[in-house]
Amino acid sequence: MTFLPKPTLHHPDLPTNALGLTRRDYEGAVSTLCAGCGHDSISAAILRAVFELDIPPHRVAKMSGIGCSSKTPTYFLGTAHGFNSVHGRMPSVATGANLANRDLIYLGVSGDGDSASIGLGQFAHAMRRGVNMTYIVENNGVYGLTKGQFSATSDKGATSKKGVANADSAIDLVGLALQLGATFVGRSFSGDKTQLVPLIKAALRHKGAAFIDCISPCVQFNNHVGSTKSFDYVREHNEAVNMLDFISGREEIVTDYEPGSVEIVAQHDGTLLKLRKLAADYDPHDRVSALGYLQTHSARGEIVTGLLYVDLDAEDLHDHLGTVATPLNALTEAELCPGSAALAKLNASLR
Amino acid sequence: MTAMQRVNDFVVRFANVNGSGSASANRLFAQSILRMGVPATPRNMFPSNIQGLPTWYEVRVSEAGHCGSRGGTDLMVAMNSQTFEKDVEGIEPGGYLLYDDTKPARGLRHDITVLGVPLTDLCNREYSDPRQRQLFKNIVYVGALSALLDIEPAVIEQLIAEQFRAKEKLIPANVKAMHLGRDWTLQNLPCPIGLRIRRSDRVGDRIFIEGNAAAGLGAVYGGATVCAWYPITPSTSLAEGFSRYVKRYRAEPETGRTRAAIVQAEDELAAIGMVIGAGWNGARAFTTTSGPGISLMQEFLGLAYFAEIPSVIFDVQRAGPSTGMPTRTQQCDVMACAYASHGDTKHVLLFPQDPHECFTFGAQAFDLADRLQTPVFVMLDLDIGMNDRLCAPFAWDDSRRMDRGKVMSAEDLDAARDFGRYRDSDGDGITHRTYPGTHPTKGAFFTRGTSRDEYARYTEDGAIYQHNMERLLRKFETAKQMVPCPIRRDAPEGARYGAIYYGSTAPAMDEAVEILDEDGIALDTLRIRAFPFHDDVLRFVAEHDRVFVVEQNRDAQLRTLLVNEGEIDPARLLRVLHYDGTPITARLIVAAIAQAISDAKIVPLRKPAPKVAS
Repeated sequence: MTFLPKPTLHHPDLPTNALGLTRRDYEGAVSTLCAGCGHDSISAAILRAVFELDIPPHRVAKMSGIGCSSKTPTYFLGTAHGFNSVHGRMPSVATGANLANRDLIYLGVSGDGDSASIGLGQFAHAMRRGVNMTYIVENNGVYGLTKGQFSATSDKGATSKKGVANADSAIDLVGLALQLGATFVGRSFSGDKTQLVPLIKAALRHKGAAFIDCISPCVQFNNHVGSTKSFDYVREHNEAVNMLDFISGREEIVTDYEPGSVEIVAQHDGTLLKLRKLAADYDPHDRVSALGYLQTHSARGEIVTGLLYVDLDAEDLHDHLGTVATPLNALTEAELCPGSAALAKLNASLR
Repeated sequence: MTAMQRVNDFVVRFANVNGSGSASANRLFAQSILRMGVPATPRNMFPSNIQGLPTWYEVRVSEAGHCGSRGGTDLMVAMNSQTFEKDVEGIEPGGYLLYDDTKPARGLRHDITVLGVPLTDLCNREYSDPRQRQLFKNIVYVGALSALLDIEPAVIEQLIAEQFRAKEKLIPANVKAMHLGRDWTLQNLPCPIGLRIRRSDRVGDRIFIEGNAAAGLGAVYGGATVCAWYPITPSTSLAEGFSRYVKRYRAEPETGRTRAAIVQAEDELAAIGMVIGAGWNGARAFTTTSGPGISLMQEFLGLAYFAEIPSVIFDVQRAGPSTGMPTRTQQCDVMACAYASHGDTKHVLLFPQDPHECFTFGAQAFDLADRLQTPVFVMLDLDIGMNDRLCAPFAWDDSRRMDRGKVMSAEDLDAARDFGRYRDSDGDGITHRTYPGTHPTKGAFFTRGTSRDEYARYTEDGAIYQHNMERLLRKFETAKQMVPCPIRRDAPEGARYGAIYYGSTAPAMDEAVEILDEDGIALDTLRIRAFPFHDDVLRFVAEHDRVFVVEQNRDAQLRTLLVNEGEIDPARLLRVLHYDGTPITARLIVAAIAQAISDAKIVPLRKPAPKVAS
């Protein structure tokens, strides 16, 4: 980490977004993570995605659990509320927050320990309930804050910095998310901003449970030979199935592609996803075949990345519960309290 | 043998097989007595089972209005062959047994009146469908009881009509079954027996409802919009009650959509997590659980205490530890809730005594949670939670407004000089908060379970940490004046001895005071309704030589809390405990207190009085 405070002066020519804000307006506190940490790249990608989507930063609620990854919401969107909750329980806190006010944008940031070990249950249930949120796991396969223990996403046979081999099978969060009914599933790499930023933008604009597994190497404890989450390993084994461009309504679509190689799909809010196929046989609208594809390629040691699944007609938890359009935290006393007349009637029925 | 002769003052106990459909017939019986203007209090003693195990339903009839469990059985309605012998054994000498004599029983007691009605025979002759034979048998015995106890049949007919208002076809069939039992009994047995119901006017405008439903209704009136819960006996019917009232009172007229969200969580951890997330985001949120759930929620409760997030927890207590006796009552979570979570914590607890207070405190808990920005526990137990109880009608003042506490709006933030989430600008220990999304540039803060300064910035500075912990104590002091105050009742001449009690112990205690008074033992009483303890509690203890603390757990948990928080000499607080899972009785309290006082008289004055346990 650096001890140098960020200068508060803005360059006068910094580009602004539709809200007239610059990227500096989307920054947070200085990161206290290790220099070169993959997580800081993801924070930067989140910042850029929110900026480019013209989202007012204070309309985002940043939710996290405990761990290195869960600390990062302090480092972006400083004018947004954040909630660093307890270990592995971010999904339930985010679910409750979402129930209280369906109008905010919920961004959950978690780690592989937080979501695949202690919080696997809550991760699973947030996905199956369709909580309208973007759920990013900054996946480094290791416990950083407690100095280098394996996490549940460490691959079997991968070795620790001290040379110990991991004997347990890895939990594949992408596979789980697909199986559990997540309606947007992606995987990316902290070192590939061109892939990651559009994925985050699309996830933020997705209605429903949007999950991104982002491999994010730990420079301190999991970046050595023998690790399957190191920068080198991930670069060598990364197999992107598609390249996503996220297009908000105001941009012009330029047809610069071969017919059949690109698919343009519209999301509910009018935004467009432009998907350039890299793997000819991959269909991101077919949950079942996506699962098969992922398993086949994972068995070959490949890390499949890209937009892996999207359901454009997804519903969210509020749809399932039939709650009103008004955020529950904004309902008035008159709308909530039935009053004394109703009570008198009820009393009469209880005699 | 002298047969018992009592009017409007006796205990009827039904012994049934779980899942045989007896519950609604037994409730019908209890209600018919209430409709005749005579107070009656039912208690369901049921197993942790869906079908097959024995279950009992006790109805205490008391014109004097005693709602506590009395103990003993004056009339046993023995409908379960598994427990028949033990049930017959439990009848008071001179009492009565009503049983199905289709198969005659042998070796019955001679000091009781045995009343055989061929219930199975009557039903087999009347009905061909096996399920009907079973269900109507229950109504047939209600009919028989109406003849034996002199209950007006018109009252029962009216209740049947009300119960099946939505399924009118069932009304004549049930009325017929009732008369089948009644007519047979009138023709074949001497009616009425020595136990009788005589019309009275002692019910007044009181209502009849279970505490869980009342608390769920309280949550609706208190403005709760998020309920996250995990099914657990005996709290489940609270969430179900809330759902029912939400359906009735919270539908948006134009769309039919709901002004509340109810989520059945995957476990209690997730349930309290959702409550905390919603509370943080400005919705009034609660969960409902029992002891095992409280154990699971500990870490989150510490977060809500330290990060200061309003949350409401209804704890319907059951016998612990561990799985304990899931369908039996106790007041055994007092300590687990008062000091929930690791580190130094203290939480606000409310102790309702009956469904009326379950409603009132159920609503008030949300004001307290918002005002104090902390978890608030409403401590019910199975006895008041799952049993219908006669209580004062619910009341609501339409001029009352929700107290959302110190919440700053965008305008407030623009007008304010400075915003520090954890800065105590008013000196009451309570700081200002903002809801997420309030203002584009002001009022945002990072909520965390780690230590932080007044501006919610992470810090490990010991002085700042300690300053904050002291402030939380100051806030708890402020809470004393906001929570429901204790209710004191002094003996006319004043008394040397006092008794402190709380929650579902109230009706048994009320009755015990009357009995002790008749025996010449004067007792001042104080019913504690909340923690932190009001100053009046310490004053009460100071004003008496000895104070009995009456409670339903093994370890005298409230007494421990009194000793700990009030720095009271433990020798001055005498334990009166009952914790076998049945509701506490006046008989037990009277015996324990009378014994202790008589023992104290022969003990040299310098020695402390012995501790009393039961």
